[in-house]
Amino acid sequence: MEHQTFGGEVTLPHHAPTDESKKRIWKTTLILSVITMFELALGYLIYNMHQSPDYNHTLVLALKGVIIILSLAKAFYIVSIFMHLGDEIRNLIMTIVAPLMIFIWFIIAFMYEGNSWKTLRNKYNPQEPVKYEQTETPSHEGGLK
Amino acid sequence: MAQAAAVNTKWWSGGKSPFNVEYGKLMMWYFLMSDTFTFGAFLIAYGTVRMSSISWPDPNHVFNAFPGAGHAHLPLVFVSLMTFILIVSSVTMVLAVHEGHHGNRKGVVKWMFWTIIGGLAFLSCQAWEWNHLFHEGAWWGRNPFPNADGTVATTNFSNFFFTITGFHGFHVFSGVIINLITLIMAQTGVFEKRGHYLMIEKVGLYWHFVDLVWVFVFLFFYLV
Repeated sequence: MEHQTFGGEVTLPHHAPTDESKKRIWKTTLILSVITMFELALGYLIYNMHQSPDYNHTLVLALKGVIIILSLAKAFYIVSIFMHLGDEIRNLIMTIVAPLMIFIWFIIAFMYEGNSWKTLRNKYNPQEPVKYEQTETPSHEGGLK
Repeated sequence: MAQAAAVNTKWWSGGKSPFNVEYGKLMMWYFLMSDTFTFGAFLIAYGTVRMSSISWPDPNHVFNAFPGAGHAHLPLVFVSLMTFILIVSSVTMVLAVHEGHHGNRKGVVKWMFWTIIGGLAFLSCQAWEWNHLFHEGAWWGRNPFPNADGTVATTNFSNFFFTITGFHGFHVFSGVIINLITLIMAQTGVFEKRGHYLMIEKVGLYWHFVDLVWVFVFLFFYLV
C-alpha cells in the first residue's frame, strides 16, 4: 500500500487490510460473546445464591469481582481490536491511556467515601445519639507544660 | 539525502503527523477520552451512592420482564438480548471499516445498513424497557422497588438508572443519526471522490465507544 496524503501530511498506512484482519475480527467477536455468556452464567449463579437467606457473602463479592475483571477484558478487546487502538503508534496510545490513570484515584477515593457514609449510617441511632464528649487530656510526660 | 532519510524515521522531527494519524481521527479519540470521563463520573457517582446505602433494590427483581412474556420472572434475559444486539452491531461496524480499507463502496453501504438496524433494534429495546418500568411506577423521583432487605428504597435507584441509561441511549441515538448520514455519503459516492473512507473509521470509533459504555452500564446496573 502506498503512503496516503491527507492535507499535505504524509501518513503511513496502519496495517494492510488483509484476510488476516478479517479473521481477527471474527476471533474477537467470538471472545466477546463467550465472555458475555460467562458473565451471564455468573450473574445467574449469584441470583441463585441470593435465594437462600444465609448465602456466602464473601463468595458473592468474589464472583462480582470476577465479573468486573471480565468486563475490563471486554473493554480491552473492543478498544484494541475493534477500535484499532492497538495498531496505532505508542505515542498516540499513551496520550489516550495515560490520562485514564486518574480513574484509579477517582474510583478508590469515591468508593472509600461511600463506604464511610455507610458506616456512619449503620452507627446512627436516633434514640442514642453518639456523644462526642471531651475527654480529659492525658498528662504528658515531658514536653512543654 | 542520507540525512533526510534518517530524519524521516523520527516522529517528532517535523514534516509529518507525529501520531501517524489524520487530524479528525485524533480529535475523535480525544473526544471519546473526555466522554469516558463523563460516563465515568456518572457511574462513579452511582457507585458511591449505592455503596453508601445500607440496602439497594435487587436488579434481578426489577429487570425481570420480557416483551410478550407477561408476568413471567425472567431475570437478565432481556438485557442479554440488548447486549448481544449491541455487540453484533459493533461487529458489523468493524466490517464496514474493513470494507472501507479496501475502498469497497458496496460493502461499506451493506455493513453500515446492518449497523443502523442494530442501533435501531437496541433503541427499540430500551424504549420498551423504559415504558415497562414507567408503567410499573418508576421514573425520575419515583421508585416502587423495595430494597433487597425488604425496606423502602429511596429514589436514588430510578434516578441513576434513567439518567445513565438515558445518557447512553442518547449516544446510541446520535450514533444512529451519524451512521445514517455517513451511509448516505457512502452511497452517493462522496468518499469515493475523496479517495478514502476515513469518515467511516471515525464514525466507527464513536459507535464502538457506545458499545464500550454499554459493557459497563450492563455490568453495574444489571449484573452486580
